[in-house]
Formats: sequence, C-alpha cells, structure tokens
Amino acid sequence: MIDLSHLKADFPILANGVHFLDSGASSQKPIPVLEAMDRFARTSYANVHRGAYKLSVASTEAYEAARARVARFIGASDPREIVFTRGTTTSLNTVAFGWGLEHLGPGDRILATEMEHHANLVPWQMVAKRTGATLDHVPMTDEFRLDLEAYEDKLGPEVKIVAVTGMSNVLGIIPPMRAISDLAHRHGARVVVDAAQLVSHAPVDVMGLGADFVAFSSHKMLGPTGIGVLWGRMEALAETEPFEGGGEMISDVTLFDATWAEIPHRFEAGTPPIVEAIGLHAAIDYLDSIGMDNVFQHDRELTGVALQRLSDVPGLHVQGPTDLVDRGGVISMTMDGVHAHDLATILDDEDVAVRAGHHCAKPLMRRIGVAATARASFHVYSTEEDIDALVKALRRAGDLFGVGA
Amino acid sequence: MSLEDLYREVILDHYRSPRNRGHLDSPDAVAQGVNPLCGDEITIELDFDGDRVVAVALDGQGCSISQSSASMMTEAIKGKTRSEIEELTRRFRSMMSLDGETDIGLDPERPGSVLGDLEALQGVRKYPVRIKCASLGWNVLLEAMSNEQ
Repeated sequence: MIDLSHLKADFPILANGVHFLDSGASSQKPIPVLEAMDRFARTSYANVHRGAYKLSVASTEAYEAARARVARFIGASDPREIVFTRGTTTSLNTVAFGWGLEHLGPGDRILATEMEHHANLVPWQMVAKRTGATLDHVPMTDEFRLDLEAYEDKLGPEVKIVAVTGMSNVLGIIPPMRAISDLAHRHGARVVVDAAQLVSHAPVDVMGLGADFVAFSSHKMLGPTGIGVLWGRMEALAETEPFEGGGEMISDVTLFDATWAEIPHRFEAGTPPIVEAIGLHAAIDYLDSIGMDNVFQHDRELTGVALQRLSDVPGLHVQGPTDLVDRGGVISMTMDGVHAHDLATILDDEDVAVRAGHHCAKPLMRRIGVAATARASFHVYSTEEDIDALVKALRRAGDLFGVGA
Repeated sequence: MSLEDLYREVILDHYRSPRNRGHLDSPDAVAQGVNPLCGDEITIELDFDGDRVVAVALDGQGCSISQSSASMMTEAIKGKTRSEIEELTRRFRSMMSLDGETDIGLDPERPGSVLGDLEALQGVRKYPVRIKCASLGWNVLLEAMSNEQ
C-alpha cells in the first residue's frame, strides 16, 4: 500500500478527529495552500491586468504564473488554453452557452450520458430549448459502464457535441475518454468533459484524453473554492463566444459595440478570483509533490479496502461496480431499511462525514433505482482508520434500525 | 441528546409500518411535496365531511424522520376539523422551533399527553438539518387543505 498517512498533519481541520469522507463534494486544504493565499493577500495583492503600479504588476504576474502552472499540470500545450472560471459549473456553462448557442440549431443533436452530474446536463437542456437542438443520452450497461455500442449507434452527422463525465461523482467509474473522443471526432462532434472528479484524483493529460473542452474545479483538488478551469483546445476556444460581458474581456468598447480581448481573457469578464488562483497554484504544487499517480493509486487502494470491509456489513449494498476496474475513490451505499439521510446522521454521530442524497445526479439515481445513497469519497488525507470508523458507524446504524434482526 | 433520543422506537415503528398508506378513490383534496435538497417525497390525500377530515391517505418515500412524521400526522388529523388541524400544526411547528422558541407545555412526566406519538419527534430539534424532514408532511398537509375541490 502507498502510505500517505503523514500528510494528514498538513490538514489542520482534520486535527479534531473528524473522519472526512466527503472529498467528492469538496476537499480540505493543506497548510501550504492556506499559507500561499495568506502570504499573497498580505504582500502582493492588487487587481490584475489594470494598474501600472508595482503591486498590480506583481499580482498579474502571479495570476498568470498560476495559469501556466495549470497548463503544465494537465499537459496543455499553451497557457492561453486555460480559462479561469468560478468552477466546473461555470466552465460547463461557458461551453454550453458560449459554444452551444453559436453552433447548435434545429436538427442538431447534443449527446450526453445517463450518468452526468446536473452541471453537465441542465445547461444542455437549457441550450437545447433555446436552439431547437435535441438532447439525447448514452445509456449505461447493466454493469453500470457507459454502453459504448449504444454510443456508436447514437453518433451521426447531426451530433454536434458530446458531453460526458470524466469520472462519475456517484459511482466512481471512469469512462474510456480517449475512445469516446476519437469516435466523436470521426463524426465531426466536439467533446466536453466534466472532469471535476477526474483532474482532482487522477493524472490527466488533456492531449491524451483527446477531448475539446475539459472542465474542473480547484476546491475538489485541495485548492480554494471560487475558482475553476476550462481548458479548451485553441481551435475550440476560437469558435466559442464569451457568455459573460464586462471589464477585462474587451479589446475596445463604443457606446453600441465591443470587440473581444484575446483568448483566454475574453472569457474572464470582471475581476477574476485572484487570491484563489494563487491557492490553486499551491494546491497543484502540493499534489505534484505527491505525484498524481500516487494520489490515484492511494484512492484506489483505499477503495479496495473499503469495498472488501463493507461487503460483510449486514444489509449494506454498494451501488454500482464492486470492483476496481476503471474507477476512482467513490463508493455509493444503501442499507436495507435505513434511509441514506438517517445513515448520514448516525455516521455523523461517530464523526464520520459522508454525503447523503442524490448527489446532483437524479437521472443516474433513477437509473440505479434508488432515491438516495450515502457516499464515501477519498482524497490524499484519507486513511484506513477512516474506513474502520465508517464500518463501525455503519454497523451501529444497522443495530439502531434493527437491520438483519 | 443522543441518537437513541432521535430514533425512538415509535419513530422507527411508523417508518417501517407507515399508517394510512395508499390512495383514496376520489379524494376531495390532494397535494404533493418534495424536499429538493434530499429528494424526499410525500403525497397527502384528504376526504372531508363538511369541515372535518374523514379519510386521509399518505404516499411517499424518504428518510425515517420525514416518513414517520407524516405517518403520525395522518393518525393525528383523522376526524379533526380544519381549525383543530391548524391548531395541531401550530403546536407541531412550535415543538420543532419553526416559529421561534414557543413553549407548548410538553410534560416530561407525562410523555404523549399533549401531542401523542408526535412528541417522539421533539429530538429532531437538536438536528437542525433534519427539521425540514420532519416538517415536509405538514407543509404538504396545509397545501392539501387549501386545495379542496
């Protein structure tokens, strides 16, 4: 096993003994991230791309250095392909409204999947209604994998964009992105990936994924909230219109018209999340010092331990695959006779923090046939002790509700 | 406050065996409610005789708190008039601290003497995120009462 237990000390919030198993919703922040933001705010902060004074120059340099760092982290060929947004949701809305409204019309088809988070589904529903395009979905197999045969059947010249998750936030499964991208491109469709769970937990090389747009959030990868990334292939960004107007995104403005700034600035209207960009930079440095291969391996090893230990908790069912094939550190659970919210309340009494509910993926929940699950998800600070606490608390829940009695 | 105070036996009993479960043939009033945060669902159907609720049916899915609260509620409102139900709702909401800290005179020496089984839900107050679960059925009830055909 990869031993990362020494990292727990880097996360002050975990010092009170909480077994934090909700990293899929948002991750905790290590000291180097907190300190980098604090230091920057104390010594170097000013608005970016505006002032001629030294502080603004320093701030702008740090902000742009964060952009270059993100580019290097995900293998982007050019820092200009990195757009800073408020988060994955804004990144995906930028594609839906900025690209979708320009390139979709009646007769066109948007192809999403049954396992999308609402953030990669609802914007496409909105854009479909506004453009007259239709929305279709790639189903899952009975083994909860993306049905690639059905995907190929659904592709065609009328499909203009494929919207797919890089890793399911409910089941942890990782669809074969490269194959999905290549097939889409063969039919001339663009591909947008909701990589919120993927980039935060696995090594990602955007050129290797083969997609055209990749969206992710800082707060799931040990960085602060309020900043996310849209990576776009330069040619894909070039055919995208800004979907927010304002300061910073313009080249020239008259009373009745405006021209856009260069990419990526045309997509960053208003004052960007500057301190947050510095925090994201520090989070990437931290993750790279561990190595994303190790982060992914650690998640998977813990998942393997958890799946094995959960298998003999009375009445407990793991939803989705129960193996480690193409999956990350997310486990969705139900218990016979105990609702997920009751599970979460009882677990909380044992200081085990899990998410309960539909995980912003209601169509997927309907497909699985459950209204709600309790979800445990891991990150670098998660340990086997956290899983021990989870299993113990689940057994207590079963006892309290008389499961198996 | 311990978990055992939250999950009292009477709550678990109503959760496992909800009362008045099902549907009425042609109800006088129907309302449906969903808690969008957690997905809990409750449907309430009512039959009136004049001002009085003479039949009630409950359908839905969700956690033990939302479902048991609604189940107990259906037992408590059967045979009561609109004004009696409104008074009961007011007391229940007070017990949940939904309308500020109002003392409704629960007697620890004589549990159940004021609100019957419903008093078992007072433990929910200590779990603020769950108060919405307990009140879902009651909100649906009020809507149903205003929907009478």
